[in-house]
Amino acid sequence: MKPAPTHSYPGLNLGRRHAGAHKATEVVTFGFWVFLMSDLVYFGLMFGVYITMIDAQAGGPGPHELFDLYSIFAQTLILLTSSLTVGLAMLALKYNLPRGRIVLWFAVTLLLGLSFLVLEIRDFMSMADKGGIPQRSGFLSAFYGLVPLHGLHVAAGCVWLVVLGIQLRVMGMTDLVVSRMVRLALFWHFLDLIWIGIITIVYFGGLTYG
Amino acid sequence: MTAAESGFFGRLNWEAFPIAGLIQDPNTNEIVANAAAGVVIVGVVAVLGLLTWFRLWGPLWRDWLTSADHKKIGIMYVVFAIVMLARGVLEGVVMRAQQAAGPGEGFLEAKHFAELFSTHGTIMIFFVAVPFVFGLANFLVPLMIGARDVAFPVMNQISLGLTVSAGMMLMVSLVVGEFSTGGWTAYPPYTGAAFNPGVGPDYWIWAIVVSGIGTTLTGINFAVTIYKLRAPGMKFMRLPMYCWTIICSSILIVFAMPPLGVAALLLAADRYLDFHFFTNDLGGNMMNYANLFWLFGHPEVYLLVLPAYGIYSEVFATFSAKRLYGYNSLVIATMSIAVLSFTVWLHHFFTMGQSALINAVFGIATMLIAIPTGVKVYDWMATLYRGRIRFSVPMLYGLAFLMLFVIGGLSGVILANPTVDYQVHNTLFLVAHFHNVLLPGVLFGLLAGYNYWFPKAFGFRLDEAWGRISVVLWTVGFMLTFLPLYFVGLMGMPRRSYSWEDPSFHPYMITAVIGALVILAALLSVVVQLWVSIRNREQTRVPVGDPWDARTLEWSIPAPPPPYNFAIIPRVTDRDDFAAAKERGAAYPHPDRYEDITIPRNTSIGFVLCVLSGVWMFALVWWIWWLAALVTVMMILSFILWTFQTDTEEVVSAEDVRRQHEAWLDLVRNATPVTRDHEGAPENTGLARPDLEAAT
Amino acid sequence: MDRHSELHRRERRRYVIGYGSSLLLTLAMFATVHWFGIETRGVYLTIGLLGLAQLIVQLVYFLHIDRRRSSREDLDLVLFSTLVLLIIIGGTVWILGNLAMRMHMPVV
Repeated sequence: MKPAPTHSYPGLNLGRRHAGAHKATEVVTFGFWVFLMSDLVYFGLMFGVYITMIDAQAGGPGPHELFDLYSIFAQTLILLTSSLTVGLAMLALKYNLPRGRIVLWFAVTLLLGLSFLVLEIRDFMSMADKGGIPQRSGFLSAFYGLVPLHGLHVAAGCVWLVVLGIQLRVMGMTDLVVSRMVRLALFWHFLDLIWIGIITIVYFGGLTYG
Repeated sequence: MTAAESGFFGRLNWEAFPIAGLIQDPNTNEIVANAAAGVVIVGVVAVLGLLTWFRLWGPLWRDWLTSADHKKIGIMYVVFAIVMLARGVLEGVVMRAQQAAGPGEGFLEAKHFAELFSTHGTIMIFFVAVPFVFGLANFLVPLMIGARDVAFPVMNQISLGLTVSAGMMLMVSLVVGEFSTGGWTAYPPYTGAAFNPGVGPDYWIWAIVVSGIGTTLTGINFAVTIYKLRAPGMKFMRLPMYCWTIICSSILIVFAMPPLGVAALLLAADRYLDFHFFTNDLGGNMMNYANLFWLFGHPEVYLLVLPAYGIYSEVFATFSAKRLYGYNSLVIATMSIAVLSFTVWLHHFFTMGQSALINAVFGIATMLIAIPTGVKVYDWMATLYRGRIRFSVPMLYGLAFLMLFVIGGLSGVILANPTVDYQVHNTLFLVAHFHNVLLPGVLFGLLAGYNYWFPKAFGFRLDEAWGRISVVLWTVGFMLTFLPLYFVGLMGMPRRSYSWEDPSFHPYMITAVIGALVILAALLSVVVQLWVSIRNREQTRVPVGDPWDARTLEWSIPAPPPPYNFAIIPRVTDRDDFAAAKERGAAYPHPDRYEDITIPRNTSIGFVLCVLSGVWMFALVWWIWWLAALVTVMMILSFILWTFQTDTEEVVSAEDVRRQHEAWLDLVRNATPVTRDHEGAPENTGLARPDLEAAT
Repeated sequence: MDRHSELHRRERRRYVIGYGSSLLLTLAMFATVHWFGIETRGVYLTIGLLGLAQLIVQLVYFLHIDRRRSSREDLDLVLFSTLVLLIIIGGTVWILGNLAMRMHMPVV
């Protein structure tokens, strides 16, 4: 069987099945890109707010007391690996590998996403133990306005994974489900990009300038 | 009471209803407040009663509320905008009356006056201008680019639902509790919990957040629609000018709504969770808010005015019977304005204390915008030049716009100079300036578009005579109300003052209130025009669909258009394709064969989310936590459940399409062509006799 | 079938290359902090550049943004978004930094 010509989106193999569905998926995927860019502005502004509030610690605990770089390192590796696994799921989809393989890679991604969230929440709790709660200072407000926002996105991605799993079961590998998988993969990669911004600006930037 | 210890009804109690205030202390202020609440209640009861009386619930539900047809969604947007416009205008009249009462006089309390200017601004921007602009865009864009619907019809319905439910919150705030007194910009720390613990700012926050989400989805929808769904041959440089302005406006939404969401949500975090983004203590910085708000606020005014420019471009071309002059330069100017609008936000807070260098940079960037805008004005005038001009209602709005908007634009250039701005900021000069761009710029454009495209939407023309009366009333009313404000502004009268002492302001204030009454009459004339037009609709029907000898694709189909818009998707070979086809004598082609057409099926998800988001906002405003949590879960679940639906489209069979289309083609064949001079006559059934002399 | 698996292998290699380089860049980032501390501007500049490099790697290898015709639209969109972001974040930091300085608040 001949695969579709290389497409811009991972896993876009609808061309062979149904030309109309391919066009529809292209439109939806482009729309999702536009949405992601709008979301990116949200994050960008929160980064801006954080940068302007690094110094607003009001005598409360600062980055040096609060940030645990070992945990951040672990979270970074987990999220990066999940970005790879979601990519492998897309490849499995694109090259018509057995459905079990696709589900497997998605399941691994979900597991990694959940462990990322567990680590992140543990971080927040240990910060709170040291007095690092958002009510303490402008700096901490900005931190808690940004990092949990990313966590919320990851959580939404996990819910999405579960829902897609159910839909795969109920509806089968329809064009609609495939198109949603493509978008989910985009979303997941996007979240890893934001995370790179977070470690660079929030954690390392906070430690350097805070 | 703190947020944590609020009970079953949160902080909602008897005192929240305005009638309580009237009983405790009857005075004029309370009477006005209760009258407003009464109007809302009577209005709602009357609408519900009429719907029941005429047994319209079924059709309303089937044909409108659950429809995913972009044309119906567009019409619902416009209806909503006009209802909100009525409230906004009335508030304006009450405010002008208060200020006209004389030095130290007046019938309203300061707090009530502050609520009025806050709701007036919020309503006019978010619930009149935005829904009116995107209502027209909804109706028009797919028709103009030769598409069957927008890219995401159901998301479109959800956008409408969120916008309407947010607007309803402003109505609810009249009856339960109070609205914010912090102006439409809601600057903290005044709107923070420390100074303003009541529900007012919360109503503002959630209305803004929810309508902002709706608008963002609309922006995504239209950017993708124009980018991806153009008919074959419709290259970018063949797009009607209006579509160019909508795509720029959509891009502005995508990038400029997030700052508003961030500003409002961070303010909510301060108020609800005791964060310190904008508070006075513990490192909060209210200047951050001004910065975020205007990162949104400035692109916002361009995302409103660009589509109006687009409407004027279409109107001037059609009613001058000429091609639009300088199409390329208009496209470039539109895009330049869109990009430049992201570089000028600081001019809204020149006086906040940053260095002269920063003020100068942003001042110059602001003045730069006058260049592409000037290009546009000259292009429009050149379109008129030696055209075969008909002074129809849209054209009259356009001419009023050209003259008045230049004044408003130039006063903007004056304000762009930081040294001048230091003198007149926060005075009525500013109020005069932005009303001078928003009324002749945006509102006149929308009304021109309403008059121009009404026959396309409903199949009959609006009454010309009442339309002309309307134009005169709006124009005169605008000039009487707002031009005097330039002068009192220069004399130093601060904006948003419920009372003043300097007697030399009085004559200006009297003039302004007379103007406000004329504007009220203008609003009534719009209603009368609609009423008269509906009554006389049998004499003004235009089923063929081209009453104005117009130029773009939407006029090449029946009026009102069928649900699938185009029986056959057109192949575009020219800019102003329909005008070119008429000149060649190739309009109304007879298709060789028909195909099945899929259109989006009705769905109730938009309505469900509209209701749920309304309850959600109300619960949050009144701290009814259990309800807020419940509704959050319900919203997520109903959305997820909706994603399980697969049966989202229905098919119109080729046979049905053929039957309807051929019936219409017969109508075209039997209609009498009408020249431009007889557009207003009953024999105009929508078939134009092209004026070849003027076309060459 | 051969061509099929050949393409598959090639694309999988792209993902693995993306993953490997991201991993290396991440390690370099944390190693820099570990060995050189984080107090100085020079170290932070290095970290910032490493972060930027990783962003680009992931855009190219995971999100397939490049100059190929099929992804030109996405590239345009990403570039325009970057422009807007630079304007608004840069402007925000410039304005509020200047205000903080003039109000003798701690300088960012």
